[in-house]
This record gives sequence, structure tokens and C-alpha cells, in this order.
Amino acid sequence: MHLAHYLGLLHRAQVNLADAFRQVADAHAEEPDIEHLCQQQAKRCDAYAEQLHPFVVRYSEDAPDEPDRLHSELFTGTRTGGIGLLRDLQDLYLMAAECDITWTVVGQAAYGVRDEELLSVVRRCEGETAIQLKWLRTRMKAAAPQALVVAD
Amino acid sequence: MVDRIADPWGERTPYGPGQQWPVRVDRYLADGRTDADVDRWVQSASVLHSNGDALDIGVADGRIVGVRGRAVDRINRGRVDPKDLYGWQANHSPDRLTRPLVRDGDRLVESDWDTAMGRIVARSRELLDGPGGWGHFGFYTTGQLFLEEYYTLGVIGKAGLGTPHMDGNTRLCTATAAAALKASFGTDGQPGSYTDVDHCDAIALWGHNVAETQTVLWMRMLDRRRGPNPPAMLAVDPRATPVAREADVHLAVRNGTNVALLNGLLREIVRRGWYDHDYVDAHTVGFDELCRIVDGYPPQRVAEICDVPAADVERAAELLGGSQRLLSTVLQGFYQSNQATAAACAVNNLHLVRGMIGRPGAGIYQMNGQPTAQNTRETGADGDLPGLRNWDNERHIEELARLWNVDVDTIPHWAPPTHAMQIFRYAEQGSIKLLWISATNPAVSLPELHRIRQILTRPELFVVVQDLFLTETAEFADVVLPAATWGEKTGTFTSVDRTVHISDKAVDPPGEARPDLDIFLDYARRMDFRDRDGQPLIDWSGPEEVFEAWKECSRGRPCDYSGITYDRLRGGSGIQWPCTEEHPDGTERLYTDGHFPTDPDYCETYGQDLATGAEFTEAEYRAKEPNGRAFLHTVDYQPSAEVPDEEHPLLLTTGRTVYQFHTRTKTGRAPQLNQAAPDVWVELNPADAARFGIVEGDLVGVSSARGAIQARARLCGIRPGVVFLPFHYGYFDQDPTDRSPRAANELTITAWDPVSKQPLFKVAAVAVTKLADGRGVPSPAPTVGGSAPPADADVPPTVGGPAAEATSGRE
Repeated sequence: MHLAHYLGLLHRAQVNLADAFRQVADAHAEEPDIEHLCQQQAKRCDAYAEQLHPFVVRYSEDAPDEPDRLHSELFTGTRTGGIGLLRDLQDLYLMAAECDITWTVVGQAAYGVRDEELLSVVRRCEGETAIQLKWLRTRMKAAAPQALVVAD
Repeated sequence: MVDRIADPWGERTPYGPGQQWPVRVDRYLADGRTDADVDRWVQSASVLHSNGDALDIGVADGRIVGVRGRAVDRINRGRVDPKDLYGWQANHSPDRLTRPLVRDGDRLVESDWDTAMGRIVARSRELLDGPGGWGHFGFYTTGQLFLEEYYTLGVIGKAGLGTPHMDGNTRLCTATAAAALKASFGTDGQPGSYTDVDHCDAIALWGHNVAETQTVLWMRMLDRRRGPNPPAMLAVDPRATPVAREADVHLAVRNGTNVALLNGLLREIVRRGWYDHDYVDAHTVGFDELCRIVDGYPPQRVAEICDVPAADVERAAELLGGSQRLLSTVLQGFYQSNQATAAACAVNNLHLVRGMIGRPGAGIYQMNGQPTAQNTRETGADGDLPGLRNWDNERHIEELARLWNVDVDTIPHWAPPTHAMQIFRYAEQGSIKLLWISATNPAVSLPELHRIRQILTRPELFVVVQDLFLTETAEFADVVLPAATWGEKTGTFTSVDRTVHISDKAVDPPGEARPDLDIFLDYARRMDFRDRDGQPLIDWSGPEEVFEAWKECSRGRPCDYSGITYDRLRGGSGIQWPCTEEHPDGTERLYTDGHFPTDPDYCETYGQDLATGAEFTEAEYRAKEPNGRAFLHTVDYQPSAEVPDEEHPLLLTTGRTVYQFHTRTKTGRAPQLNQAAPDVWVELNPADAARFGIVEGDLVGVSSARGAIQARARLCGIRPGVVFLPFHYGYFDQDPTDRSPRAANELTITAWDPVSKQPLFKVAAVAVTKLADGRGVPSPAPTVGGSAPPADADVPPTVGGPAAEATSGRE
């Protein structure tokens, strides 16, 4: 059963996203809403990772070796300025999207193994991840015209 | 005679439930004049707070000589706030701006209108050339102009320049009221009426020191409290305000914990069966989610988070749950604090689950801080669109485009209009290059003033300031335009309970000062804005023509003015919108049938996540199938962005005194008001003060991570761990070479609510230290209001003396 690999993938994706939210918060501290909300979302990602951890442990007992090239690297550091902020938010968006679809995949697997406990974690965290995506989209939509068309 | 400085609320006129509030006509005429000395009375209403009190301006020899309340008016029944009794004298101040000023190197020099407007227009044209030219413009207006001026400004911005960068300082005072009304009910618009005070059996004041912010509304509440069958009263405020002292239950919560409190109160109301099951079923969405979340807030947990006794939380819940006609009012203690929109929505939740909406006595006032704040929201001069339209609804934008005869894509609607804090951020980064500030003073009123001054002094930023005086902000301007003010121009404005009043011109403005409307129209003409057919975009020349144009814009929308005319506003009382052919006398209460304007084609917003501000789409909104039901939005408590630590162990809250308004641009120039509260002070709880070795009158340094100020200490009834500073005090009346830092906003934090974008003025962490001994001289804090010292303190009472004597009668 390969579920452990996907749980591990999701766990690491949430840890990475938390870290990326923190880096963007620090790099763009002059945008107070970005700083505050990225810190808030980082904490949420921490909480998701924590809730996943027992399942990672539980299912790893039955897991065969990890397949090749399971993990990917989406984030390689922050940028500066208005367009830099936009690019950083876009990276966060892609990372959150990876989490989002991985929650879906893990949720499907949870049905397969009839794990109600895992399903309830998935349902809660999947909804919150969708809000993260929505917030990033909202903020980028507002920022894009000024950053791309108006700013020098 | 009544000294209305010593007694801002005047004589009581008690009355019982369901009775009409008795008339009491207040008047003040300066220099010993009597009625016989008045040539004529000109109809108006208050512009020094948001209550909407109707009054007449007394004119003699072409000058204003005093004011009297309008007995016939539904809002004040003749009463006048002390700010209005004395504040008009600022109109005559010798330092009024009478000619335009333009920058010549490091100074401002007198000029003429052609030169001043020529500079603005030349810079505007230069900026407008090229793609994204609209994005270089930012407008920051006020809550003190008239409806006609806002609407004209809105059309210039949205259809002329096509910029979304337009907001008002109503962002600092009212944005959360609007956000909460939209989120809960589908559109902006106050459900209740001020007459709900006459009918209610309980009043809950949520972070609202109404005694000092809207004295006449407080008089109405006090008169009910002194009459038969008085309403019970609940106050939530960390300070011992007059409201808190009057209340039956006072919850002095720790700043920033309002959501936890409301969740706890809602839990009790649900658990003890005090909610209206049928109303909830028929008229709301989200009750199960509300129950799930509030279940986590038992009284003991609320007591720990809010730092109030659990028994008091239960008493408050009993007061709310046992009422049959509950009236709630909400203001800055909620709006300028942590989780502002969520907390304001929770008050709406309370009324919805108890079915306390749409009938006499069951009212909600999501209040405004400023007199014409409602109009910025209606007309699109702040971060909303004209007619309470939804920026995310293409059909709504098409309506505006048809009305103004411009292309749909001219009107910025790709995202919500830019909020004030973001406008200043774009100016800081250099992409906004022209910032036009009208009738407000961000160099005193915005958070983190050091930063705001840096932005306003950026050489690349062209700053236009339109005002009555050389304010702290005007000192940084490239062009200063002298404006006429209340009493010197005609227009309308609308109070919190949707009552529209007219304010007629009584006297000429001084020198070359011009009405704000004329200034905006002059700019539109010089910029030669055209519609799609090449005709002038704006063809109005006077206020009544603008009002008629506005009526068309408002037609069919919640704030429908189509049944109102200038003539109908003259002579009698104000009229509440919506006022249409079908409802020619206006509408006293909204949602009387439990039907809410949440229809996807009509609503003002498709909703936001209250924790992040994430926007929901039209499809997501439709999927909720509101079907005329209101939304119960419930979230968990989250601590503030800033909490005290070892370095900054106290929480700062800011607010008002009864004697001053905004940044004292007017009230600081009215002798009676200025003498009553001449300088900044800091309020400390005696226990905290003892810890720092501070006594009454000592000079205290207050510092945060952003700045420091000095103020004299007033020891009073504020909760331990919290200090209070009035935000009014800036620097205009200090010697420029010898200014000591005293503006509260030197300390406040640049942070805002994710939904309403209202800055958080109530949750900065600060440290206090004693700087100098007061030598027994008390602080300049008034003994009236929230800064009242303990009864045994040796502090002389605040009085106005003979110069403040006003009359009050039942004519």
C-alpha cells in the first residue's frame, strides 16, 4: 500500500508551505497585511502537518520503498518590490495548490482504507487550504494591475 | 441657563416606552445676543459627529451668530451637542485659508485659483498619458463633505480618470460598519431607526462610548433610563466611560477579545433556549456552524480570554437573552480592534438568532464616527461603488456605465476599490504620484505618523490638500486649496439611521475660499472629461443638479433617494431612505418582513472569508442559495497581531473626548471646547500608575515600537493593563520650532482588519515611564467623560463659565 508515500508527500508539502509563508512574511514585512496573514497561514500549515503526522507513522509500517522523484521543489527564496511580491504570492499559490490536490488524493485513499479518522482530518484541512488559495488569488488580483502596468 | 461644558448632556426629559421623546430646544448665541438680534435662521444639521442632529444657523449682519436645535426633527427633537453649540465659531477663525497656496521650494506661497488649478491639471495630464496612467492618482477624502461633493468626486475618479484608488477617512471610523452590514444582510444600510430607543427594553453598547461620541443619542437613552419602565443596559468597554458607569452590567474586556466575548454570549443564548427557533429557520443561513463554533466558548474560557468575571458574562447573557426588544449599538471599540468585522457580525448574529430586527425597539446601529460617512459609502467616494453596487457584478458596472455614458472598462472593477492604507503604500512605493486629500488630516489621524510624514514629504509625490486651515497635512502639500465649509455652502447628508438632511448656505465663505463641489467641478472642466459621445462627462453646475443626478444613480438600489427633493427636505424633519414613489415619506425600518437583500443579482458583495478577506466568487455565492435569508458568520477568536511583552507591557487604546472632534481642525478653534480639553493626556489605572511611580499630573512618556509621545497622567477608572490616549491632538497649535510629540498615532500600529481594512487603533503594545513630577498640578484631562477622576481626587471640575451659557427649553 502506497498511502504512506502520499501522506509523507503531503506532510512535507505542508511543512514547506509553512516555511515559505514565513519567508514571504519576513521578506515583505512592509506590506502589513501580507506579513500578518502569511504568519497566520504558516501557523495553520503547522497545524495541518501536526494532524497528519500520526497517520504518516501509522501507514509507514506497511509501506514499500518510496518511488523515485516523489518530491518537487517549488520555492527557492523570496524577491523584492511590487512585482517580486506578486511572484512570491504566485509561488505560494502553486505550493498551496499542490497541497490542495494532495489532500484530495489522500482523501480518496482514506475512503479506500475506510479510515474515518483520516477522512475527518482531510475534510477540515482541505477546506482551509481552499481558503488559502482564495486569499492568495484575491490579493494577487488586487496587486497585479498596479505592479504590472502602473509601477515604474 | 445651562453650562453645556460642565454638563454636556443637559437637563433630563424622562419618558416611558412607546411614548414620543419630549422636545427640548437647545440654543447658543454668542456675545450676549438674543433671538431678537438674529436676522434669519437657516436650516442645517450637525457636521461635528455622526448623530445627524438637525439645527438652524442664526445669521446676523451676514455672519453666523449661533445655533438652535430643530424641535420638529425626528432625530434630536431640538437638542444640540456641545460641539455643535460652540464649534461653528471656528468658521470665523482669523487663520482660515482665503487664497490658494502653491509650493515654492520649501515654502507655500499665496497664489490664485488659475495658478493653483493649473498646476494640478498640468501634473494630472502628464500622469494620465500612457498605459496605467490612472494608477498614478490617489484620492483621500473625508466623512465631512456633502453627498453632492462625494458623488461628483466619485464620478471624476471612476468615470473620468478611471482609478480605483479612492477612499475616505471613513476607512478609519466606519468601514467595519459597512463591511458587517454587507456580510450579514447582503447590502449596506442600517436596519433600525433612532426611535428604537423609545421602544426598547434593553440597550447593549458594544465598544461605543455614545455619551461622548453622540451626546444627543445618549440623552435619548438617559431620558428612557430616567422614565418609567427603563431599558436595561449593558456596556462593553475597557474604560469607565459615562456609559459604563450608567450600565447595569459593565464588561471591561481586555482589548482585542471581542469575538471571544460574543461567542460566549451567543453560546449561552443558544444553550439556554433564548433564541428564536422559527426566525432562525425561516430567515438565516449558518446556524449549525454558529452552534458548532460558539460551543467552544463556555463562560469560564471567555472569562480567561477577556479577563472579566465569568459571572458577569452570564449576567450579560441573561440581560440580552431576557429582553423582548433589544437595541444594540457598535462603534470603535469593536471597529478599530482585533477581528473587527467578525466581532461586528457577531452582534448582527445576536439579533438574528433572537429575531430582534425589523420591529420597534429591536434595532441595530452599526454606527458611524463621522457626520457624512454614510454618504461616502453610498456615493462611491470610499472603497464602495455608487448606489451600494457590487464591484464584482458585471451587470452593476454596466448600469453605472449606462448612467454615465462611458465604456464599462473605464470603470475600475477588476478588484475592490483600493483602501486607504494601500493608497498610502502605493504612494510610499512611488506608483501613486498624485495624492489629493480633501477635508482630512492624515498627518495626525493615520497610524504610525512617522511613516505618514515620510510619505507626504516624498519629493516624487504631488500632494493636493483641500481644507479650511493650514493643517498638519497641508504643511506638506504642493498645492493647498481653500475650501468653504458647513454654513457656507448647500448640500445634503445622511445619518446612521438613513435620515437625509439638507444644510443650506447661510453666509459667504471668506476671501476666495470655494465650496468643495465647485473645486471638483472646476477640475472636471479643466481636465475636459468626456463621455462616450464626446459630451462633457459632468454637466452639473450646482448642488441641486447633482442631487437630481444622484437620485437616478440610487434608483432601485437599497439607498433609493428618488422620492426626495430639496424642497421636501426644507421646513420639516429629515427623511429616511429608501424614499420612493411607493414610500414617499421614507422608510423607518428595514427588513420588517425578515426578507434580506441577499439575492445574488442585487447584493453588494459575494462575501469574504472573515479571517483572511479572501473573496468568494459569484458561483460560490449562488451555491449558498440565500433566498432572502441573512448570513450568520461565526469565527473562532484569534489573538491580536500585537500583544504586550516585557518591553511594552501595556495595551494602548485611543479614542475621543466629548469636547473635540477629529483632529481639532474646528473644535480646537472654538474657545469653550478648546479650554475644556486643551491638551493631550494619558489615562492610567491607579494600580498601574503606582507600579510605575506615577501620580495625577505627572509627565509621562508613552512609547511603542514605532514612536514615543509625552502626556500628563490622569489616574481614573480604566482597566488595569490598559492606557488610553485621545487621538485628537496634533501639532497645529504648537510653535513649529518647539513641538513636543503628543499625537497618539505616533504610537499606533500599521495593521488592519482583513475584511473591512479598518486600521487597528486599539491594540498597540506600549511602555510608560515617568518623565517629570507634576508638582500637584492635575493633567489637562476633562473631569467629564471617560477621563473623570475618582470622586476624592483633588482635581477642579471642568466648567465653561459664563461664556458657555446656553439655553434649553420646551418651546
